Amino acid sequence: MSAAFLDSTELTLNMGPQHPSTHGVLRVILKLDGERVISTECVIGYLHRGVEKIGESRTYAMFAPYVDRMDYISAVSNGLGYCLGVEKLLSVEATPRAQVVRVILTELNRIANHLIWLGTHALDIGAITPLFYTMREREEVLKIFEKYCGARLTTHAFRIGGLQYQLYEGFEKDIAAFCGTFPSRLDEYESLLTGNRIWVDRLKGVGILTAKDCMELGVTGPLLRAAGVAWDVRKALPYSGYEQYDFEIPTCATGDTLDRYTVRMQEMRQSVRIIQQALGRIPDGPIIAKVPKVIKPPSGEVYVSVEAPKGELGYFIVSDGTLNPYRVHVRPPSFLNLQSLERMAKGALVADVVAIIGTIDIVLGEVDR
Amino acid sequence: MQADPWTHPLAERLTAAFPGLAALTYLDQPFVEAGADGLHALLQHLKDREGFNFLVDLTAVDYPKRDLRFELVYLVYSFESNLRLRVKTRVGENDPADSVTGLFPGANWPEREVYDMFGVVFRGHPDLKRILLPDEWKGHPLRKDMDILAMDNDWVKANLGIESGQ
Repeated sequence: MSAAFLDSTELTLNMGPQHPSTHGVLRVILKLDGERVISTECVIGYLHRGVEKIGESRTYAMFAPYVDRMDYISAVSNGLGYCLGVEKLLSVEATPRAQVVRVILTELNRIANHLIWLGTHALDIGAITPLFYTMREREEVLKIFEKYCGARLTTHAFRIGGLQYQLYEGFEKDIAAFCGTFPSRLDEYESLLTGNRIWVDRLKGVGILTAKDCMELGVTGPLLRAAGVAWDVRKALPYSGYEQYDFEIPTCATGDTLDRYTVRMQEMRQSVRIIQQALGRIPDGPIIAKVPKVIKPPSGEVYVSVEAPKGELGYFIVSDGTLNPYRVHVRPPSFLNLQSLERMAKGALVADVVAIIGTIDIVLGEVDR
Repeated sequence: MQADPWTHPLAERLTAAFPGLAALTYLDQPFVEAGADGLHALLQHLKDREGFNFLVDLTAVDYPKRDLRFELVYLVYSFESNLRLRVKTRVGENDPADSVTGLFPGANWPEREVYDMFGVVFRGHPDLKRILLPDEWKGHPLRKDMDILAMDNDWVKANLGIESGQ
């Protein structure tokens, strides 16, 4: 063997696909120089189920439950995006009552998603306690989902044109109670983490993703906002009546892991604000618009997107005038956001890679579809 | 699709700069159709001159009966004018398309996905290989002529020695 071989300092380390901190079946091949990361390569697809292909052999209504299985942490947002897409193709709009309920449920879902993210992200970094608290609050949200539509995780809460179910007795009371206690619970998490020196040291300056990087890579959601770009689909291209609510887009400046934490914590507070406004204005009236029994949109194509908790979630639906979609393409925020791992992890320590994967907030069901 | 002509100052500027470009709109969503060889220049123009510096999405649709069977769909967004624009082009089964990873580095994975699912080759892509399916996979599943049930049956026969019954 030559001396060059002995001098070699580059080490290839395989992380995943079975690794608790990769949040599912993500495999990352790390090239290391000592403790420093030279480059990363993601290997994905372990959870690929061919959702887009399945869509081509299902009717429009039959495909709706499948979308919940992509980002199963925020199934309500997935369902909303798909319903809005088909409604756009049909030129139908959900009834005012349905729109307000949709906003309430998707914002609750955003809180549930961010709680899972917070708990697991903190767990990855070594703080076990927050997970128990965040799961406790998430449970309250899931109970509301269960009371409303019978399902907790893959809710299939919405139907094309509006909602399937009337609100149950006490719906508003349950949500008002949750909104009453939740901000103080958030303060509790912040007292555990925000000023915690270990937490801050592990996050500050780690995995910086600038606004320029985000633009180049197509990164959206909290990652983009943490880099200082106040952009949110709910504000830029409002849907479901979001323009009627008074809320802010939280942003930060540097785009490091701590900023992304701050942005998501603020987003939960904004979601509570939106829900409280929406609760007071649920109009009476039908819950579903007049939608033909057999959904057969005229031939054409649309792209509709919503601000899912992880970023812009878009549906590109092509209709050829038959019962099944000709093509359904999903723009999953996790998939495009995960591409930024390469840039964020370059030059970081191995232990930081875990923090960086956590801060992107991915769900592999959505990355792989 | 009953698309209408897109009347917008941008549509006029684009059709002036790129003769032969079709600027249309369907359900208030504008899109332009360009030839495959002019696509890179069009996206470059949109990015440099018109502020469409954000590639939202990139995908393809298969129309097996057309001469050029694949329709590539690029969705670009401009933060300045808050406008989304779909740019479409068509490529044949054996024609490579130009990679736009030089313009939008984020196109890397979406192009790999289109290659994986449709078999469209992107010229100039830094690392064009399958992304969601295993490397040894045969075929491109989102093509319309890909029969999933037949594939399933073949696998069951080869591995279990029975009919799949699906």
